[in-house]
Amino acid sequence: MTQELLLQLATAILFLPLLSFLIIIFFGKKLPRQGDIVSLSLVGLALASAFAILIGKLTLFHAETISYTFTWVDFGKVTGIGHLKLELGIMVDNLVAVMLVVVTLISFLVHLFSVEYMHGDVRYSRYFAYLGIFTFSMLGIVITNNFFMMYVFWELVGLSSYLLIGHWYEKKSASDAGKKAFIVNRVGDVGMFIGINILWTNFHTLTFEGVFGAMKAGHIPFESNPWLTAAGILIFCGAVGKSAQFPLHVWLPDAMEGPTPVSALIHAATMVAAGVYLIARTFPMMTADALMVIAYVGAITAFISATIAIAQNDIKKVLAYSTVSQLGYMVMGLGVGAYTAGFFHLATHAAFKAGLFLGAGSVIHAMHHALHHQGDHHTDPQDIRNMGGLRSKMPVTFWTFLIYTLAISGVPLTSGFMSKDEILAGTLAYGNLTGHVFIPIVGFLVAGLTAFYMFRIVILAFMGTHADADRCH
Amino acid sequence: MLSFVLFSPFLGILLLALVPKGKASIVKIVGIASSLLTFLLSLAVYWHFNPLSAELQFVEQLPWIHSLDMNYIVGVDGMSLLLLVLTTFLTPIALVASWNSITDRLKGYVVCMLLLEVGMIGVFVAVDLFLFYVFWEAMLIPMYFIIGIWGGKDRIYAAVKFFLYTMAGSLLMLIAIISLAYYASTVPQGQFTTDLRKLMAIAPGIASPMQAWMFLAFALSFAIKVPLFPFHTWLPDAHVQAPTAGSVILAGVLLKMGTYGMLRFCLPLFPFASFQFAPYICVLAVIGIVYGALVAMVQTDIKKLVAYSSVSHLGFVVLGIFSMTEEGIQGGILQMINHGLSTGALFLIVGMIYDRRHTREISEFGGLSKQMPVFASFFMITMLSSIGLPGLNGFVGEFLILLGSFKSSFLGTHVFTIVAASGVVFAAVYMLWMFQRVMFGTLKNPANQNLPDLSVREIGLLIPIMIFIVWIGIYPTTFLRPPAASTAKLVKMLEQTRNGETLMKGSREK
Repeated sequence: MTQELLLQLATAILFLPLLSFLIIIFFGKKLPRQGDIVSLSLVGLALASAFAILIGKLTLFHAETISYTFTWVDFGKVTGIGHLKLELGIMVDNLVAVMLVVVTLISFLVHLFSVEYMHGDVRYSRYFAYLGIFTFSMLGIVITNNFFMMYVFWELVGLSSYLLIGHWYEKKSASDAGKKAFIVNRVGDVGMFIGINILWTNFHTLTFEGVFGAMKAGHIPFESNPWLTAAGILIFCGAVGKSAQFPLHVWLPDAMEGPTPVSALIHAATMVAAGVYLIARTFPMMTADALMVIAYVGAITAFISATIAIAQNDIKKVLAYSTVSQLGYMVMGLGVGAYTAGFFHLATHAAFKAGLFLGAGSVIHAMHHALHHQGDHHTDPQDIRNMGGLRSKMPVTFWTFLIYTLAISGVPLTSGFMSKDEILAGTLAYGNLTGHVFIPIVGFLVAGLTAFYMFRIVILAFMGTHADADRCH
Repeated sequence: MLSFVLFSPFLGILLLALVPKGKASIVKIVGIASSLLTFLLSLAVYWHFNPLSAELQFVEQLPWIHSLDMNYIVGVDGMSLLLLVLTTFLTPIALVASWNSITDRLKGYVVCMLLLEVGMIGVFVAVDLFLFYVFWEAMLIPMYFIIGIWGGKDRIYAAVKFFLYTMAGSLLMLIAIISLAYYASTVPQGQFTTDLRKLMAIAPGIASPMQAWMFLAFALSFAIKVPLFPFHTWLPDAHVQAPTAGSVILAGVLLKMGTYGMLRFCLPLFPFASFQFAPYICVLAVIGIVYGALVAMVQTDIKKLVAYSSVSHLGFVVLGIFSMTEEGIQGGILQMINHGLSTGALFLIVGMIYDRRHTREISEFGGLSKQMPVFASFFMITMLSSIGLPGLNGFVGEFLILLGSFKSSFLGTHVFTIVAASGVVFAAVYMLWMFQRVMFGTLKNPANQNLPDLSVREIGLLIPIMIFIVWIGIYPTTFLRPPAASTAKLVKMLEQTRNGETLMKGSREK
């Protein structure tokens, strides 16, 4: 495998989901099975190519960053600057190679899951088209080598989440949630855009290489440290939007209105991970002050959403706020410099949170069924106060749910323990080093709160005997 | 060649005079064929245009009022070329759009549209200030009739308001043109002239208070046309009352004359005054961006909402132009085209709903997506283009404008960009909210339950615009190349002028 082939494969991965979107949006209804097979096979092809890239990258070009750049807009010679142009391009380094596999794998699984889950939906083909454009935008974020494309795909992810969350637009709550997601994300994007403006004004280029290279050579925006910090924090604003950090976390719980596979796609794995990825990508330009802001934002997010989660009675809402809280944890981890730990937590969290959502889905399904059986249409099947004693009725769900709960609570011998421990160690070191003891204190407090709200679900839903417990079968 | 483009609509008018009464479809076909001919001719101009040259091309000169050196001079450069093509592109679309909606006094209507086209092309190709002024005024009359005769309920009020506002501005411009021409006769070996090329060499030397007054006279006239806050109040009235085709032309081309005028006359003729007033004009532009968006948010009439969104979008264009940087001006020029396309399409779309329901109240609709899926797709693409989504045209323009205004050393502050960027969020709010209320939800209103989806004619109208919306979004270089050389020349001139000024000041202080 040559570098050219690797780049061609990477380009193909990026455009395969777009191709799937275009085919299905124009011809979806005319294709057999409304085009889901086309979509599935194109994303599957992307997944296979991603694996090929990962293997090729790690074995043949272990230490290199392979990139390709071309000029998109040329402003010609400009006095005082020289040749001014806006460049686009892609790059593959080890992080990109891993992320390509992660995104295409999750996307492929969601496609596969949706074939059954969305069967018979009114806009079945449209749904697959939107999944395609979502995957395309996510891959764009991962594969880009410049801030401009990062921003472009950042916005496109916002668009695709708008389309997916609002898929059942007949329901007002769904179209409201989609709109909210788009607008709240855009608020974050504006901050990111202004950060990009600072970079452009100073470096006249937006490629990572150009910007970080200039910084390494000692050039910083407006020759002042506060401006560099400001640029870092403003770029981080984009992550605040996408990764649902305080105060832009408001869209994520509402995003539950979308179809459940979409919730998985957005909540657990890809979209919220984009923010964490952005911080990792732009890490070289983050000053100590910027990282401190990031750590604090993460800590505040983790704490606030954990307390909100305690007061929720809807099982899916608890899990949604729990996601926000854990994302805050990851961001805090990155902010204190525990870079790998933050990423590790992203991976472990994706696993046990997906499990928790599936368990919750199973409980809701059973409750719904039982209530329906009794002709009760008033009791909310998602309200944990209406549950109780489900352990004996649903032992498998109980035991699996319990394992995931132990994991998210960070009990030893689970993956959650490993990643949380690393983050907490990072915060302790940071607190020692800089005197910001608030961060580790919040870190430990949130760990406690997490265990509390998770066991609240377990105890209320599965333990004891409830007055209505006999209703569940 | 340019004269052919400019006067080719007269061929259509001549033919229309021969069409007997009562042959409605022949009138329509002649009008459309004539405007298509003009479009093809303008494409020939585009084709032969040399994008590497910053100079005026295809210049034609005929003596007119010899003693005053007012001549018929036309030409195009990178700044006017795209607007010229936009004009000839939108006119046939506007004519096809009125296929069914205009039945009364059809021949007069088509003649008005073709006359309007001559006026608009004239404004963009005139190189002589007096000629420019003649076209600028001449174009008002057909537009006045289009709003006043074929408009909505309060058409007379709207038409008069439109006319008076623009007239007030252009009167000031006329005075400024005359005093500028007179000034040219006072310099050594000078003569009374309105030739822009000669004036460009002379005008920047006008001393400070005089230059400022002349600049303000021009700028005010253009600001009313743009319209820049707080001169925008004629716009919503004119739009709401105008027939669909009138709105398309009004938003698509007429508003651009204001921003084009600033670029063509204010900056090159009065650079010192431009430096002096740029921050103030940008304050108004930024207020317009935010204010237009906020007012658009609370509208109950879709057409009014689109009209106020124009105020917001044109604020971006003005901000880009007065940033006086390559990125800002190029973005401004591109954004003029973008706004013409996406707002033109939005007005067409609003017109299509209006033709079906005879109302534009948002509360009358809801759930149309289900009933009219094809319409919904076009509407969504246009809406996304209007809120500047990457991959579609609006984004490129806004992005470049904000890059330019942020780095602009002429404005000296980043506040404009930061506030203007918030307009991007507001745009998303009012557009998505309107779209949600009109298209999403359930189909409750029984009057909407049997609405037919788009006809072939309507799809045919929108598709050419959609092609450009996507094209500019993905590969804007095609459209940024023609204005590049002229923009670079202008920016270079402005920077040299300013550096010269600081040098002069420095030497004076010594």
